[in-house]
Amino acid sequence: MTDNPTNTLKEVDGPRRDFLLISTTTLGVAGVAIAAWPFIHSINPAKDVLALASTEVDLSAVEVGQAITVMWRGKPVFIRHRTEEEIASAADVDMAELRDPQTDAERVQKPEWLIAVGVCTHLGCIPSGQNLGDKRGDWGGWFCPCHGSAYDTSGRIRKGPAPFNLPVPPYAFTDDTNIVIG
Amino acid sequence: MKHSTKSSNRLVQWIDDRLPIFSYAEANVIAYPTPKNLNYWWNFGSIAGIILVIMLVTGIFLAMNYQPNADVAFASVERIVRDVNYGWLLRYLHMNGASMFFIIVYIHMFRGMYFGSYKAPREILWMVGVVIYLAMMATAFMGYVLPWGQMSFWGATVITNLFSAIPVIGDYIVVWIWGGFSVDMPTINRFFVWHYLLPMILVMLVVVHLWALHVHKSNNPLGIDIKTPQDLMPFHPFYTIKDLFGLGIFMIFFLFFVFFYPNFFGEPDNYIPANPMVTPPHILPEWYFLPFYAILRAVPDKLGGVIAMFAGVLILFVLPWLDTSKVRSAAFRPIFKQLFWIFVADCLFLGWLGARPAEGIYLVLSRLATGYYFFHFMVLLPLVGKLEKPKPLPSSIFEEVSKNCRTKED
Repeated sequence: MTDNPTNTLKEVDGPRRDFLLISTTTLGVAGVAIAAWPFIHSINPAKDVLALASTEVDLSAVEVGQAITVMWRGKPVFIRHRTEEEIASAADVDMAELRDPQTDAERVQKPEWLIAVGVCTHLGCIPSGQNLGDKRGDWGGWFCPCHGSAYDTSGRIRKGPAPFNLPVPPYAFTDDTNIVIG
Repeated sequence: MKHSTKSSNRLVQWIDDRLPIFSYAEANVIAYPTPKNLNYWWNFGSIAGIILVIMLVTGIFLAMNYQPNADVAFASVERIVRDVNYGWLLRYLHMNGASMFFIIVYIHMFRGMYFGSYKAPREILWMVGVVIYLAMMATAFMGYVLPWGQMSFWGATVITNLFSAIPVIGDYIVVWIWGGFSVDMPTINRFFVWHYLLPMILVMLVVVHLWALHVHKSNNPLGIDIKTPQDLMPFHPFYTIKDLFGLGIFMIFFLFFVFFYPNFFGEPDNYIPANPMVTPPHILPEWYFLPFYAILRAVPDKLGGVIAMFAGVLILFVLPWLDTSKVRSAAFRPIFKQLFWIFVADCLFLGWLGARPAEGIYLVLSRLATGYYFFHFMVLLPLVGKLEKPKPLPSSIFEEVSKNCRTKED
C-alpha cells in the first residue's frame, strides 16, 4: 500500500529499523574516519623531508673554546669544543640542584665535544652564547634572551622558565673529526 | 516567518529560537516534501554536490604541497605523487574527480533536458545551473594548467588565445590575462588563485541553485505539477537512502579509476614538463571540452569559431524559451523523445570528432555535427513544440504511482 508512506513506516517494528539506522550510521562514521587518515597523514613530513633529516659536520677546524652552529632538520645545533675548565665545571655538579637531572657523561660521547639542539626548551628561541662575546648566563653555557633561561656548559637548564635541558640529538662520530647528526 | 523545531530538547529549542538551523534542516532535508516518483536519474544532483566536496577537500590538501611557480610547479606535483604521504591518492582523487564531476553533471543536464526540468517555473533554477557549469569549466581549465606539463602549457596558450579573436582589444586582453607576453610565471600564479577561488564561488552558486530548487521542489519523471500532498513524501529516509545507494555505486566507479587506471582520462604528454619552445604534435583539451573544441575547429574563421564555441554553451541559457512545448517530460512527447536521443548522439559524436585531427573527413563531419547541434536548439525545439501532439498526461503523480504499485503486486 502506498497511500501514506509515513504511516506504513510506523507500522514496521522499531528495533529492526533502529538496528539498520545504527549500523548504517556506524559504518558511515567508520568509513569517513578511515578516509580522513590519508588527508591527515598527507601533511606529515614527506619522504623527501625525511630523507634530508641527517647532517654531516667536519669538526677539524673548530679550535678549543670555539663553537659552531649547524643546521639539522631546519633547527640550529650547537657544537662546542669545550675547554678543560668547562668540562670540569659541567662534571662537578650536584645532581640535586638540577631541574632536569642528567650527568655530563650522559650528554656527551667525547667530553671535549658538546652537541645539543640550540632551541630553548621554553618557547623555542635560540639562546645566545655561541660566540665568545655573547652573554652566556651565570653558568657559562647559554642564555636565552627571550625569557631569561640560563644553561650550563653541558647545556643543562639551571635558571629561568625553561623546563628541560637542551636536547642532545642522535649523532655518531664517523672518524675522529667527523660526525653525522640524525 | 515563524520557525519552530519538533525537538523537545531545551538546548535545541534555545538555539533554534535564536538561529533556526534545526527547523531549517527539518524543513529542507528531513521532512522536505519530494515527489514520490523520482527515479535514479534524480541521484545525479546529490552526487555532483558530493564530488564538489571531494574536490574541495582534496584540493585544499593538495594546495598545501603545490607550488604555483613555473620553475618548480611540475616538480612539486611529482613530489606530491612520489614523496608526500598519500599524495598519489589526493592527486588521483582530484584529477579523476574532475572527470567524474563532468560525467555526473552532463548526465544531470541531459536528465533536465529529457524531463523538461528547465521549463516554467524552473527557468532560473536551470540558468543558475548553466552558470555553475560555466564556473566548473573555468575552474577545470585552470586546474589543468597547474601541473605545468606540455598539455597544461599549450592548453593554456590555445585557450587564452581564444580571446585574441576579439576585434581591436583582443591582443591587449590576452596580454592582460597572461600578465606578460606569453603564458609564464604570472599566469600560473594567478591561475592558481582563480582555481582556488572559483570553487568557493561555485559553492555559493550551488546554494542559490538549491534555493531555487526548493521553491517549486524537484521536477519528476512524469513532468506534471505537484497537486496534492499525496504526490509527495518526506526526503528522509526515502531519498537519503536512495541517494546513498547511488553514491555507493558511483564511488565504486570513481575509485576503480583512481586505484587501477588513474591516468585513463589524462594525456601522457602532460608528464613532459612545459616547454615554451616546442608544441606537442597533437594537442587536445580534456575530454569534457572536446564537443566545444570540435565546434571551434569546425568554423573556418578565427572569430567565428570562438563565437560558435561560446554560443554552444550560452545557448543553454535560452533553452527554456526555445522549447515551446508546455509538456515537460519526454515520456509524453514521442517526437521530442527521439530528437533528444539524436541530440545526445550528436554531442557524443562532436566529442569524438574533437579528439580527431582537424582535417579531411573529420572536418566535414564536424561541420555537419555542429550544424545539427544548433539546428536542434534553434529550429527543431521551437518547431516540434508547436507541431507535436503530446500523449495524454496522467492526472496526478499519486495516481500513477499507485497504478504501478498495483501492477507490481499482481
